[in-house]
Amino acid sequence: MPTMSNSQPFPSGPLARYLLQIADDQLIMGHRNSEWTGLGPILEEDIAFSSVAQDQVGHALAFYEYLQAECGADHPDQTAFNRPENQMLCNGLVEQPIGDYAFSLVRHWCYDHAVRLRYESLSGIPNQTLQSIAVKLRGEVKYHTFHADTWMKSLLEGSEESRLRMLAAIKEVWPLALGMFESWVGEEDWLVELAGNGQGWYPGEAALRLQWQEQALRSLQTWGVDVEKLGLEKMEPVLGGRQGYHTVHLAPLLEEMTAVFRLDPQAEW
Amino acid sequence: MVTPTESADLKESNLKGNIPDGLTPDLLRYWEVLDQVPDPEIPAISVVDLGIVTRLTVGDGGVVQVVLTPTFAGCPALKWMEKTVREALLEAGAPEVEVQTTFENPWTSDRISEVGREKIRNFGLAPPPRRRPGCVGPDLEALAHAACPRCGSENTSMKSPFGPTLCRSLHYCFDCLEAFEQFKPL
Repeated sequence: MPTMSNSQPFPSGPLARYLLQIADDQLIMGHRNSEWTGLGPILEEDIAFSSVAQDQVGHALAFYEYLQAECGADHPDQTAFNRPENQMLCNGLVEQPIGDYAFSLVRHWCYDHAVRLRYESLSGIPNQTLQSIAVKLRGEVKYHTFHADTWMKSLLEGSEESRLRMLAAIKEVWPLALGMFESWVGEEDWLVELAGNGQGWYPGEAALRLQWQEQALRSLQTWGVDVEKLGLEKMEPVLGGRQGYHTVHLAPLLEEMTAVFRLDPQAEW
Repeated sequence: MVTPTESADLKESNLKGNIPDGLTPDLLRYWEVLDQVPDPEIPAISVVDLGIVTRLTVGDGGVVQVVLTPTFAGCPALKWMEKTVREALLEAGAPEVEVQTTFENPWTSDRISEVGREKIRNFGLAPPPRRRPGCVGPDLEALAHAACPRCGSENTSMKSPFGPTLCRSLHYCFDCLEAFEQFKPL
């Protein structure tokens, strides 16, 4: 039975909210990727997805801890495991079930490149603690994007079957991936405020999306993908996650992820 | 063929550890205690040589304050290391111990001491390549031809950037015809 927590569900302020979005994405993505543990198509990939998942949950923790220490949020365990679905701020891409390996791989590639851009941007924040965290986590994500790039290339340039399956996965993932850059409540005012303070480190979601899209399309073209034929540039994003409206897949995930926690929400681990 | 150095030789060698110079006898003793606390995943190397102890001070009433920094943010051994560090210092006579983990001085593999790198090699892992100047983040290009810890050959290839623990990658040596693991650069 969930207990009421004393702290606010949302730490206040746009910075805290932005960090919470990143943390929630990482937590849910990490949970999903961990579902490959024991099921990977080859041993190395089983280990790779499990390791990426472990990193991601660690990254979520780093931000939840920061939110607790600096922004008045609850204990990381409470923030991670004791919020109702409509208070989670993750995007629709990370909520999707693992699907087949092609789907998980394309998602991993889209997602970790977006995370890389966010960390690169966060490395420029005039806040020593967050800067250190961003620099640290950015180094770890380099392994993720390296892994994803290697397999995207291999399978897109591989056999007819691998190529077709990858193309189908790219089409499926794309609208969800665009949804990673959904505009959020308070973003616009914050951008004005940051600009007023001469802080250009956060360019805003629209700009991040453009940057991400440009790099992603360029890579796909290098690997021989006809992005026009796939219709990627005309696709519309799947939105809602940043406002607490989620795809049907989040509720069962939360149910499972928090099952042990809910047995004794105050337990010390 | 590189012959692995024996541990006994390591003690006598001039390789540098991570204990800072110019410490008071009290501080030196505490650093030496921590230099005996093994990394749980690679027990051949101490938490000091691994470079995760970023600060050690003695405050009012002899309270020992230790700051650790994680190798990887998701390192599952972190809580264990906090615990073993605390216990070791208490056992060595510290009246009270405070252990804190922060990203203040983010860990990179360049923080591993020379002694530590040699111990990693003796343990059977390739030590992480030093970061080349100007390289942002881990130097993944260097991983493509990691030096085999057994024969020293660089005629190797990386099989996967992810290994049995977060800090290891998987490699194959074309001269030994054997797989090996590398402590990942970060």
